[in-house]
Amino acid sequence: MKQLDDGSVRTPGMAASQAEARKRGLFARFSNMSIADQEAATGYLFVSIWIIGFLIFTLGPMLASLYFSFTDYDVVSAPVWVGLKNYLGLFQDPLFWKSVQVTLYYAALSLPLGLVVGFLLAVLLNQGIPGVRGWRTLYYLPSILAGVAVTLMWLRILSPNDGAVNNALEFFGIKGPGWFNDPHWSVPALVVMSMWGVGGGMIIYLAGLQGIPTDLYDAAKVDGANSLQRFTNITIPMMTPVIFFNLVLGLIGTFQFFTAAYVAGLSYINASIGAPVYSTLFYNLYLYQSAFRYLDMGYASAMAWVLFLVILVITVILFRSSSFWVYYEGQLAGRD
Amino acid sequence: MAGTMQLQTRSELPLLKRLAVSMKFHQLFFNGLSTLLLSAGAVFILFPFLYMVSTSLKDVTQLRTNPRGLIPEHQETVEIDGKDEPLYLVNIDGVERQMALIKNQPGGKGIFVDPANPSEQIILKIDEQKQVETLDVHLENYAEAWDSAPFNTYLVNTLLITFVGMFGMLLSCSLVAYGFSRFRARWINTLFLLLLSTIMLPRQVTLIPIYILFQKIGWVDTLLPLIVPQFFANAYDVFLLRQFFMRIPLELDDAARLDGANPLQVLWYVILPQARPALLTVGIFHFTYAWNDFYEPLIFLHSQKNWTLAIGLQTLDAMYTTPDTHHIMAISLLMMLPPIILFFLSQRIFTQGVVVSGVKG
Repeated sequence: MKQLDDGSVRTPGMAASQAEARKRGLFARFSNMSIADQEAATGYLFVSIWIIGFLIFTLGPMLASLYFSFTDYDVVSAPVWVGLKNYLGLFQDPLFWKSVQVTLYYAALSLPLGLVVGFLLAVLLNQGIPGVRGWRTLYYLPSILAGVAVTLMWLRILSPNDGAVNNALEFFGIKGPGWFNDPHWSVPALVVMSMWGVGGGMIIYLAGLQGIPTDLYDAAKVDGANSLQRFTNITIPMMTPVIFFNLVLGLIGTFQFFTAAYVAGLSYINASIGAPVYSTLFYNLYLYQSAFRYLDMGYASAMAWVLFLVILVITVILFRSSSFWVYYEGQLAGRD
Repeated sequence: MAGTMQLQTRSELPLLKRLAVSMKFHQLFFNGLSTLLLSAGAVFILFPFLYMVSTSLKDVTQLRTNPRGLIPEHQETVEIDGKDEPLYLVNIDGVERQMALIKNQPGGKGIFVDPANPSEQIILKIDEQKQVETLDVHLENYAEAWDSAPFNTYLVNTLLITFVGMFGMLLSCSLVAYGFSRFRARWINTLFLLLLSTIMLPRQVTLIPIYILFQKIGWVDTLLPLIVPQFFANAYDVFLLRQFFMRIPLELDDAARLDGANPLQVLWYVILPQARPALLTVGIFHFTYAWNDFYEPLIFLHSQKNWTLAIGLQTLDAMYTTPDTHHIMAISLLMMLPPIILFFLSQRIFTQGVVVSGVKG
């Protein structure tokens, strides 16, 4: 028998209370664990809230949608296995390709524009300009107002006949385009709208700029670098992780673009999803239409999985290639 | 040697001075140019708000006759020989008088008369005269718009989804973030990476089975699919809270432990009071997200009694072929107000919150 600290030995009474504790099941087993194991078990207990959610709302549904993508499924009757039919159908579906094209067109216009304008705005608002806090607030404000109300507002400001923008263009003698009424101009109209919210990107770049250690600039000044050299040799390299992060999330976001295009399509001027003439049929809109309008859950699931795989591949490529153009602080290898 | 040294410093002095002056000038020039650029941008930012306020205050006639003017006003008229004629402020030999336009004449001219003395007629160029317009604000548009659809119901639904969901999110994300920030366990970092990777997962991959699941258990067309998942934590908010919890010194936990606090008590009495700014940040972000959300309410809420403000507003806009612009703008403005007010009340939280969530990833 092991001697306890106070010199006494274990008494039968203590053994009995341990047995009683064992009866209490989990709690007893918990109190018998080593401290490290107790700590781990408590941690897992807290995290389990998310694990349960992950299983019910993420992993389970992911596997289910993978299965549905190989079936014909209209929710009412049971899914019927059709093999690769949905995937092969996608590649022959002109509307699918149209939705890819619309989405990439929007991404090609809005992402670089948002990057350049947001970045320059952040650089400008990182200087000691008078009233800088007021400017930051003003420019950030629109980005908290996404959604239906904002789209309805822009639909009217960009109205071809009496909208304020075309009215202003007319003042300079330019005949304004048809914006949301014209299939060639509906995506640019959405880009104009997205530029209104450019402050969202700006604030992230601004935070990145403020994270650059000032001694780097001081050292460069001592070495005689002018402000342009400091910008290209310090600011831009130090900002690449933030730029990279924003681009990846921006691209993923574009493939989930929904509300503005839906509201513009089903508004007082247009009357169908993707209107005018499929020009705003974003990937996510076509997916929504297939799933919740036509109840073609198998087809829509295939669309979702194609998107997922494409995003996965793009993300992996971007992360793999990032070492060539993204500079992470503290990563000295490959620099010079 | 000493002489040349002195000479050198002497010749350097004015150079430095000149440099300082030119630097100052540069700074001034730069500030001026920046302010000019930023002001131009400000017009782009602010104009839509102005337009929306002005349109929401006009009546149907003003919308038709003056859709472009920013000030809601209407043209004054005066009765002459039983007809309402538009009133103008005319300038005759430097004296301004109010006269009514009774007839147009070729060449952009018109016959103006003095309302007090209609027999006195003058022919003048019309575009050189100013119309007499008075401010005519239609605040009743807001009540009309609000009553044109069951917006009270929409508001209650939106508030329920927003605040019950926010409660669930704060509760679950605090617990999970606490688990990820304070406990050493073999798989806990792997689980955290798994959590982070779900940020990259497009929503569509899970949405269809989730919809089918909720349909099978009879939750579609109730508010539950928009509220219940919030009680199971989400990657963004857990990440943000965890980052914040990590910065709270462990000594505080240890002190509480020594006083006999269990882990839940440590979370409640030590961590959460310290993390108030972070909780406020994720709470506010959740508010703007849930308040503006359109995609999921559109998918899960079918009957009108369950709609949110966003769905109700969109439907109101799509319903009419002849646009009810002033009513739509009134509701749009009302919908933007809570996020705007919240934004100005917690400006610093907003800008700093994005900082944490945006960059450290």
